[in-house]
Amino acid sequence: MACCSIDVGAILKDYSKEKGNLLDILHRIQDASGENFICDDCMKVVAEKTEVPLNKLYGVTSFYTMFSNKKRGKFVIRMCQSSPCHVLGAQAVINAFKEELGIELGETTSDGKFTIELTACLGICAVAPAVMINEDVHGNLKPEMVKNILAKYN
Amino acid sequence: MVNITIDSIKLSVPADSTILEAAKKANIKIPTLCYIPEIQKIGACRMCLVEVKGNPKLLASCCTPVFEGMEVVTNNQKIRKARKFVLELILSDHPMTCLTCERNMKCELQTLAGELGIDTIRYQGEKSSRGSDTVTKTLQYDGSKCIYCKRCETMCNTVQTVGAIYSKKRGFNAEVGTPFDLPFSDTVCTSCGQCVLNCPVAALKDNENIDEAWEAINDPEKITVVQVAPSVRVTLGEEFGMKPGTVVTGKIFAAMRKIGFDYIFDTDFGADLTIMEEGHEFIDRVKNGGVLPMITSCSPGWVNFLETFFPELIPNLSSAKSPQQMLGAMVKSYFAKKINVDPKKIVNITVMPCTAKKGEAGRPELSVDNLSDIDIVMTTREFAKMIKQAEVDFLNIPEEEPDNPLGISTGAAVIFGASGGVMEAALRTALEVIEGHELEKIDFEEVRGLKLDGAKEAQVKTKIDGKEVVVKVAVASGLANARKLMEKVRDGKADYHFIEIMACPGGCIGGGGQPKPTNTEIRKMRIEGIYSADKAMKLRKSHENPAIKELYKEFLGAPLSEKSHKYLHTHYNKQEYYKKI
Repeated sequence: MACCSIDVGAILKDYSKEKGNLLDILHRIQDASGENFICDDCMKVVAEKTEVPLNKLYGVTSFYTMFSNKKRGKFVIRMCQSSPCHVLGAQAVINAFKEELGIELGETTSDGKFTIELTACLGICAVAPAVMINEDVHGNLKPEMVKNILAKYN
Repeated sequence: MVNITIDSIKLSVPADSTILEAAKKANIKIPTLCYIPEIQKIGACRMCLVEVKGNPKLLASCCTPVFEGMEVVTNNQKIRKARKFVLELILSDHPMTCLTCERNMKCELQTLAGELGIDTIRYQGEKSSRGSDTVTKTLQYDGSKCIYCKRCETMCNTVQTVGAIYSKKRGFNAEVGTPFDLPFSDTVCTSCGQCVLNCPVAALKDNENIDEAWEAINDPEKITVVQVAPSVRVTLGEEFGMKPGTVVTGKIFAAMRKIGFDYIFDTDFGADLTIMEEGHEFIDRVKNGGVLPMITSCSPGWVNFLETFFPELIPNLSSAKSPQQMLGAMVKSYFAKKINVDPKKIVNITVMPCTAKKGEAGRPELSVDNLSDIDIVMTTREFAKMIKQAEVDFLNIPEEEPDNPLGISTGAAVIFGASGGVMEAALRTALEVIEGHELEKIDFEEVRGLKLDGAKEAQVKTKIDGKEVVVKVAVASGLANARKLMEKVRDGKADYHFIEIMACPGGCIGGGGQPKPTNTEIRKMRIEGIYSADKAMKLRKSHENPAIKELYKEFLGAPLSEKSHKYLHTHYNKQEYYKKI
């Protein structure tokens, strides 16, 4: 299914055929999609051009939570689900996000703006509970901060 | 060589051995699930844990290399407890539907649960939800039964280089399967069935057609015609506890009669016919400048592979149908006329070593006058089940003969069941036709045997129209070997005239539909069975088969005739990569 108009060939031109470039390539394509996902067509083109068979490529994209093969919001909210965040009240923060946006985990708002997901440890336990929205990190969260944080994203 | 001690037995083993391999030499049994001898040693399932002196932790013996002076204990209370614990954890995420499972009484997991004395399931909880595939015609996938041993993955990617299966997702949702959870039929899967053959449980299994076969037999309006492939006669016995390679041809025919098929024929007749057509096609290509090398097309897994990965070589494939399809086409035309019945009433049922044959039977190109050549395909394993359902005492049933005339065959047909057999059978006929006299030597030993890495090659001198010609042939089995050979052909780096490819390692005797287990040792025994059956035949060249001669005289005319083309030849199409996404 053609679902995007990304010029995968142009992105691939920046990379040699050496092993180790795949994750970078996939991130570039996902970022270019505007919907935080890698469409089936792009997967096929990447498989063909990088000579990484499609079954292995899907193994990669389905393993790493940063990648998705299904459309997501423009901004992906990744709530840390590891123990320090949990102990310091991550659940209440998640609930605040869910309530504010009116969606459940894994869902996307109808305007295509936000998706909420859980993630493994973000490595910033000092400021737990923490969340990552696209590339930004927000720490020391309290439920009442959620509204203001969301307002920053348009 | 290094010296080690396993369970107080002193051994001298090659330095690159693993503990498991060394133990096998001393006939010490260590349980395994994810291990495939010589092919997969990943220590994933942890069933093969052993104790090594000086090491506080138990080690996976399948992937731990030996060292000088190593002292190993393979069974004590600590090890038994550890193995049992591992197995309990595997079982905690298993559906436990053994009584209704396809692998009941033949399951590696079930057997181990018995051996290790599992009596209660201590761990209850959520079970992972994995996908399934019930739409593909050749095989089925039930992720809930998967124990994540990755044997299928290694067969699909390393041994066959097909790449339909891979590990995907993570954690509790981790699964081995197709990309995007597609049905196998929408992936690059060739239906070779090596994944099914190596699955320790019933996560991957045949899409069974036993019930359809029983229905056809019980339908008084239908005339059932059954045929059995060459390799099945040296493997079916294993399902009844016989030694691999035991030739049970006569018992198969007897069992078929007891089950109630109306006519019992032999795919070997089809194989002789394939040689007539394919042999003459080869001579025609050589004499008239046709596309060379000509490549055999009997193995449907191989045909799928070529159509998917090497579509530019489609003109090289022999247009001759496979023996199964040829016999089917003759039954619904020549034989139907002979017994004066409407071919629409005939149900052609086959017993094949192969999961891909199920797909081949459904190819629209393989039908004549809107009648498909073959209607129902069962694997060796399915036919064994049918025999058991009919309560036939297979071990003691007296041998019988197939029906005439499509049951008569030669040794050249029997060897179709092993890698190199089609080539040898073709050479026996083609060379005699070219030279116009009997060959002194009809055993082409160079193309025989199990070669798991690379291709077998041979050169044969002959005279074509008075000119001396050296015919160069190559034989490969297993799709990784086929891929290497095809890359050479595609890049113009090979000057072969004739190439035989079989999709499964060792040929049909190692086919995806064969009894489990199938390993290197068993493959070798089956190959021995094939060549002993060939040796025992009165006639060993396809063109000497009297029933074949009669068929050409009464019906087809000559090889490659117009009628032959209508019934016995086909064409191939490029298969799109993942066409549905």
